[in-house]
Amino acid sequence: MEAFTTLDGLVVPLDRANVDTDAIIPKQFLKSIKRTGYGPYLFDEWRYADRGEPGMDCSKRPLREDFVLNQERYKGASILLAGENFGCGSSREHAPWALLDYGFRCIIAPSFADIFYNNCFKNGILPIVLDADAVRRLMDECESTPGYRLRIDLPEQLVITPSGETFHFEIDDFRKHCLIHGLDDIALTLEHADEIRAYEKEQRARMPWLFIDVSG
Amino acid sequence: MPSEMRYTRPLSVHAFMRAYLCRGVNYMALTLFDKVWLQHVVRENDDGSVLLYIDRHLVHEVTSPQAFEGLRLAGRKPWRPSAAIATPDHNVPTIEREKGIADPVSRVQVEALDKNCREFGIAEFGMHDPRQGIVHVVGPEQGLTLPGMTVVCGDSHTSTHGALGAIAMGIGTSEVEHVLATQCLIMKKPKCMRIRVEGPLPRGVTGKDIALFIIGRIGTAGGTGHAIEFDGDTVHALSMEGRMSLCNMAIEAGARCGMVSVDQTTIDYVRGKPFAPKGEMWEQAVTAWRALHSDDAAVFDREWVFYSEEIEPQVTWGTSPEMVAPVTGRVPLISEARDAVQADSWRRALDYMALKEGTPIREIAIDKVFIGSCTNARIEDLRSAAEIVRGHRVASTVKQALVVPGSGLVKQQAEQEGLDRIFVEAGFEWRDPGCSMCLAMNADRLEPGERCASTSNRNFEGRQGMGGRTHLVSPAMAAAAAIAGHFVDVRDWQGEA
Ligand code: SF4
Repeated sequence: MEAFTTLDGLVVPLDRANVDTDAIIPKQFLKSIKRTGYGPYLFDEWRYADRGEPGMDCSKRPLREDFVLNQERYKGASILLAGENFGCGSSREHAPWALLDYGFRCIIAPSFADIFYNNCFKNGILPIVLDADAVRRLMDECESTPGYRLRIDLPEQLVITPSGETFHFEIDDFRKHCLIHGLDDIALTLEHADEIRAYEKEQRARMPWLFIDVSG
Repeated sequence: MPSEMRYTRPLSVHAFMRAYLCRGVNYMALTLFDKVWLQHVVRENDDGSVLLYIDRHLVHEVTSPQAFEGLRLAGRKPWRPSAAIATPDHNVPTIEREKGIADPVSRVQVEALDKNCREFGIAEFGMHDPRQGIVHVVGPEQGLTLPGMTVVCGDSHTSTHGALGAIAMGIGTSEVEHVLATQCLIMKKPKCMRIRVEGPLPRGVTGKDIALFIIGRIGTAGGTGHAIEFDGDTVHALSMEGRMSLCNMAIEAGARCGMVSVDQTTIDYVRGKPFAPKGEMWEQAVTAWRALHSDDAAVFDREWVFYSEEIEPQVTWGTSPEMVAPVTGRVPLISEARDAVQADSWRRALDYMALKEGTPIREIAIDKVFIGSCTNARIEDLRSAAEIVRGHRVASTVKQALVVPGSGLVKQQAEQEGLDRIFVEAGFEWRDPGCSMCLAMNADRLEPGERCASTSNRNFEGRQGMGGRTHLVSPAMAAAAAIAGHFVDVRDWQGEA
C-alpha cells in the first residue's frame, strides 16, 4: 500500500449526499478478475451517456458534459469533496479500488458509510470527516476558484486551503500510523517476518513433512 | 480446566506447549483442534488474535485473481510458493473440454489462474492435466493435505480436509492474498464442539446421511463460532471418503471447520499418496500423527451425542440443509414447526420446492440427477452409485442424469473399474471433472422448476440454476432415484422399474 503523509492536490466537488457503491462502480464491472482498471468506469452512469459494460473503450463513449468529473478544469483531481454518507451500499472493495485507480487519494465528506470508510484505509485512501459547514464552504470556494487545490497534512491532521485557512480532522491513531507508513494487514504481518522465519525453521526441523515442496 | 482459560496464553507458553506436544508429552488435556492449533501459533497479538502459520494453501480460479493482483500491485512475492497448489474447478466445462471454455467470463478466470500460477511460481493442475479436479477432492487424493496440517483455500468447503485430522478453513480473497504474502492468517481461536455418533454404522447409511442427520438436529447455525470434531464409533467406522463428506458439510452446520481424529484408516489412506512423506520421514510423521486425537480429559465448549440406530438414509425437502427427513418419512406439517418463524420459513421453502406438507419423501418424483461435487464425487461414491445402477436404466421420466467425477484421477480409476460403462449403459452421462451442477457456474444447470436429486451440499434457492429445486442425498440414494424416477430407500433396493 502506498504511504500517505501529505498531499497537495486538485479538488473536485461532488455535491450529492448518499453516493452509494453502485453509483461509484456499477455492478456489471464486478465480474472483473482485477482490482485495477476500474478508474475509467468510476461513476459510470453519471459520467457517460450510454450504458457501460466491462471491457468498453471509454475514450470513445459519449460523455455527460454536465457531470463534474468531465469538466476540463477538474482533470487530474486527487481530492474528492463529497456530501454526507458517502460510500453507502455494499461492502465491495471495488468502490475504493475504482476511486484509487482514477487517482483519488483523499475524500472529504461530512460522513461516510462504515465499511467503505474502513475499506479506504485498506487501500491507501484517506477519508476525512469535516463538519457539514466546513465541507459546504470548501465546495463553494472550489466551485468559484478555478484550479482550486487543498493541502492535506496527515501527521498534523490538517486540511489547509490556498489562503492558509486550516481545518483540523480526527483520525484513529492506529489507522493514521498504518497510512503514514503505508502498512496494510499484510505489511503489519510482515513486520513479524523474523518470527515467521524462526517458526518455520523450528517447525521444519521437527515436522519436515509439512514442508514437502509441492511445486515440483 | 475450562477450555476458555487456554485461549489467552502468552507466546512463550504457546512455544513451550508446542515443544511439549512435539515430544508427545501433554502436560494438560487438549482437544484435537487445540493440538493442531497450538503447533501453528507463530505469535499472539495484543488483541488475543494469533498469527497462525498455514502449511498448505489450495487455490482455484474464482477467489484468487484479485489476491494475485494485490501482490502484483504491492510488488510482493508469495512467501512460500511451494506450499501452494492450484487447480481450476468451478468454471471448467465437463464436456468437450478440448474445445476450450465458451463463456468468456469463465474463460478469463481460468486463463488468469494459469497466468498467475506461472508468474508467481505456483504449481497448477491445469484444465487439461489428468490430476485436475475439484480442489477438495484433489488435495487429499494427492497427499497435499496431511494430518496435523493447517489448510486454507478461498472456498467454504475447505472444511472437507479436516477429515484427515487437519485444521482446514475457507477464507476470503483478502485473506488469500494475506496467506500468499505471509504464509500466515490472523485469527482468533474458535470454540470447540464435539459431536459424537455412537454405534455400528447402519447398512445403507453414509457419511452424507450422517452429516444431513446432524444438521437436521443441530440446525444450520448449530456450529456457528465453533470448530467441530466428529467422533465416536460410527464416525471412525467411516472410510476416509465418508469422513470427507461429513467434514465437507460441517460448514453447512455453520462451523468454521470440521475434523476427525487420526486413526489407522487415516494413516492407511495417506500412505503412498504422491506428496505424502516417504521412508524415514513417513515413520516419523506417523508417530506424530498418532497423537492427533482429543485427550480423554479434554474439555469442549459444547458436546452432542447421537446414536447411529436413529440414522436412516436422508433426503432434504426444503431450501436449507437442515430441512431434512429420513427417506421413510415425510415432509413435515407446518403445524409441527417449533415457532412462527420456523413455520414461515417452512412455508416459503415448500412453496419454492412446490411440495405439499405431509408428502411422503418416497412419492417425490424428480427430473434430473446429479452425482458429483466435493461432497460426493470420490471413487467410493461412484462405486456405491454404480452398484445400485448396474443392470438398470434411468427412468424415462428423468430428463438428465449426470455423473461428474471429482477429479481426473477419480475418473481414470472409475474407468479402469468399468463404472463408466455401467453408468452410460443405464443412461447416465459420464462427464469430465469439475464443480459442475453443484453451483451451475458452468453450462451444467437446472432449468426453472426442475427437481433434482443431488449429491452436492447446498439446496439453496437457485443454487443449481435459477428456479431449480434441489434435494440433497447420498450417491446411492441419487442413483436409486434416477432408476426409480422418485426417491426410494436404498436399503430395500432390488431395482424397481
Ligand atoms: S463442488 Fe460445489 S461446494 Fe464443492 S467447491 Fe465446487 S462449487 Fe463449491
